Amino acid sequence: MPLSSTIIVLAIPFFMFLFLGLVGVKMPRKITGVIGVLAMAVTTVWAYAIAFTYFFGTDQGQVVDGVRQQLVTTDWTWLSFYANKMIVRLGVLLDPISAMMLVVITTVSFMVHLYSLGYMSDHEGNPEKGFQRYYADLALFTFSMLGLVVSTNIFQMFVFFEMVGVSSYLLIGFYYGQQPANHASKKAFIVTRLADLFFLIGIMVLSYYTETFDFKDLMGANGQSVMSMFKNSQAITFMGCSVTGWALTFIFIGGAGKSAMYPLHIWLPDAMEGPTPVSALIHAATMVVAGVFLVARLFPLYIVEQGAMDIICVVGAFTAFYAAAVACTQSDIKRALAFSTISQIAFMMTSLAVSTAQNQLIGGHEAGLGYMASMFHLFTHAMFKALLFLCAGAIIHAVHSNENSKMHGLHKYMPITSIAFLIGCLAIAGIPPFAGFFSKDEILVACYEKGIGWGLWMSMVAGMTAFYMFRIYYLIFFWKKHEVHGEHAPKDQPWTMTVPLIVLALISCVAGFVPFGDLVTWDGKALETHMNWPIAGASVGIALIGIALATVMYRKENPLPDKLATMFKGLWTASYRRFYMDELYQFITHKIIFQGISKPIAWFDRTIIDGFFNLLGNVTNSASWSIRKMQSGNVQGYVSYYIIGAVLLAAVTGVVILCF
Amino acid sequence: MYLIPSLIMFGCGVYGFITRKNMIAILISLELMLNSVDINFVVFNRYLYPAQHDGMFFTLFAIAIAAAETAVAIAIIINVYRVVKNVDINQITKMKF
Amino acid sequence: MESLGNVIMYVIIALTIIVFSVLAVTTKKILRSATYLLFVLLATAAIYFQMDYEFLGATQIAVYAGGIVVLFVFAIMLTHKPGDDAQPLESHKRIAGIIACATGVVLCGVALFSYAKFCGKSLLATGDFTIDQLGEALLSTDKFGYLLPFEAVSVLLLACIIGGVVIARKR
Repeated sequence: MPLSSTIIVLAIPFFMFLFLGLVGVKMPRKITGVIGVLAMAVTTVWAYAIAFTYFFGTDQGQVVDGVRQQLVTTDWTWLSFYANKMIVRLGVLLDPISAMMLVVITTVSFMVHLYSLGYMSDHEGNPEKGFQRYYADLALFTFSMLGLVVSTNIFQMFVFFEMVGVSSYLLIGFYYGQQPANHASKKAFIVTRLADLFFLIGIMVLSYYTETFDFKDLMGANGQSVMSMFKNSQAITFMGCSVTGWALTFIFIGGAGKSAMYPLHIWLPDAMEGPTPVSALIHAATMVVAGVFLVARLFPLYIVEQGAMDIICVVGAFTAFYAAAVACTQSDIKRALAFSTISQIAFMMTSLAVSTAQNQLIGGHEAGLGYMASMFHLFTHAMFKALLFLCAGAIIHAVHSNENSKMHGLHKYMPITSIAFLIGCLAIAGIPPFAGFFSKDEILVACYEKGIGWGLWMSMVAGMTAFYMFRIYYLIFFWKKHEVHGEHAPKDQPWTMTVPLIVLALISCVAGFVPFGDLVTWDGKALETHMNWPIAGASVGIALIGIALATVMYRKENPLPDKLATMFKGLWTASYRRFYMDELYQFITHKIIFQGISKPIAWFDRTIIDGFFNLLGNVTNSASWSIRKMQSGNVQGYVSYYIIGAVLLAAVTGVVILCF
Repeated sequence: MYLIPSLIMFGCGVYGFITRKNMIAILISLELMLNSVDINFVVFNRYLYPAQHDGMFFTLFAIAIAAAETAVAIAIIINVYRVVKNVDINQITKMKF
Repeated sequence: MESLGNVIMYVIIALTIIVFSVLAVTTKKILRSATYLLFVLLATAAIYFQMDYEFLGATQIAVYAGGIVVLFVFAIMLTHKPGDDAQPLESHKRIAGIIACATGVVLCGVALFSYAKFCGKSLLATGDFTIDQLGEALLSTDKFGYLLPFEAVSVLLLACIIGGVVIARKR
């Protein structure tokens, strides 16, 4: 498999988008769905082949002296600025993380495509309205995400960042007839747009000082000149920090918007209004890790810029805790999962950020442990979180509600879903031998190496993760007997929906054994990883405590949770209301921005500017009214005036001629 | 010398155009004016450049155009007459603002 | 103007033109007005004949006297009941008309008589200008060819035919 055919992986979803969007709407719904799934299957296989070739082949320059290379397999010049000194290219860059992301994205996307065949149909198996549009949007989303991870330069990445934003907007607002979906899609779009604005500013500042957009140049692959330019510009300070620090911080804000870091996380829970497979695709596996991917992509720069790293570290650690705390009380299954996602993404961010300072050799090879752990967690998390979301989708499809209170005791009715969900929970809680254990362990090791405080903090969050995940699990599948609503009892879903569950569950079981240290590191060299048994044991212990706590509280119906909720009423309500972040945003946007800034501007626009043009219009109008009598329509009158004019002209001419 | 009747003809045309109310009469006045101009063309051609025939051709074309113009004008007048049952120019105010 | 006959002819034609044009615009009956117009047009044709433009005179008679006046008569017949008199003219309009007309005529007359040297100048020979030459000139593209205006006029006439049909059609 030649690596230059990576472009095919991008091309298929793009053409599927065009095809399904333009032609598909005229075709029967079922057929478009099947075509979409088949095309995605081809893409997935192709991406696997590419990744396999990249990681295990040697004949195309993938590995030189034991260092994995960054390969640009496709390269087009798109724009050139500044007398060709700055060239914006479009291309495909293959390196360990992009190859890994290709696998992650196509796998999850394929599962979601397949799963949607069942989910987007009613119980008789008839696809619902807008089915074709749904598949077209999915294809577009997959294309943008794939384009994002293989970008060769920041500018291309920004373009695909925006495309991801747009296509997620389309998908979240898929049920555009419903008001909450509209609001959610707008919210997601606006919040991520705001973050992208910072991203753009960051790009401009960074590229101004380094005079390049290309990742390869930025990472010093083409000699050290860019890096030295970068280091020189670190000396230039703005408001006490170096300009590169500002640039990288701004870029991080862009990533934080997509990755739903506090305080830009508010769009993610609302985005659960979209169809559940979309949530699995966007909010579990792909879009939200775009920010992590961005930071990982620019990791060699962040390593040098410690200030930006500290910001990321603090934001990530806080977000992880905050989201976990909120997730403990949510009653809506999808929202709980959404907050769990935020928390896990924050884990990755923190892991990236702590990787810098673990030893004093800044930028040394050993710095890569956190990076590797982060990417590892990204990989495993994508799998088990997609699994959890798809399970949630199956449950929702069966009971037609998102609320825990409508579920309870489903284990008897939906055994496959239940087991798959359990595997997902075990994986996310970090119980060996499931996937999450390995990646989370690496993260915790990285955190402990940065400082014991960071490690303890993250361990606590890991324990909370176990607690809230099992809380959800018990509330859905046990707690008390299920009350059957309507005529049919919930049951396991058709094969299109259960097969992805089983596949993802299997991946979640075994993904932890992938030798990530050999494959994905920031500098391409293999990283020696070894179990840190005290930390691993401690984290498993904490997870088990969390699970035990959840078991005590939620296994059987009992009054304990309510008692606790009333005991810590303030805390519980605050957590349930997500610590009032949405209210705070409402206050800021409505009271301060709308009232304080937009209203006066609107008044100025309406009164002064509109008034001026109204005045112009009125003056013209009244002037026209006053002279309209002259246009009498009386042709004979016109002729009279004309002749008088002509005669006068002739007389004047004659007089002039006679006189001179 | 031939210009004198032409001049008077033109004057009559102007007078008729301004004073008459009947649209057909206005058209007749118009024809008078056109005709006097034709005469001028021919006379100037004949007296100043007798070897050439430009004025004559101008007149020829002017006659053709006058015929066309009259035909259209009369079509319009008849159409107007159908609508308002009148050919008085002062009565036709429907298209006025 | 060398011969007396020509002078007499000129006087007759000039008088005809003057008298009938005045009558054409002052008469009360519209049909008479059209008739006077016919006389004026015929007299104009006579002028053309006198200046050796036989073809032009013939055209004048055929198109104007034969075509246009007939059109006028038709239009008058269609739009007037027999015995309809024109309404009395409005006095201010009449005054305006007289003023406009008189000033124009006087001004042009002054100009005419101040350059009176053309008057009485004898007619030069035109050379023999046959219908053949005329036709060739109309349809040639040489220096004195008139193909373009000819085609333009034919297009115009076509447009008039269509326009006339469209406008006057019963809806």
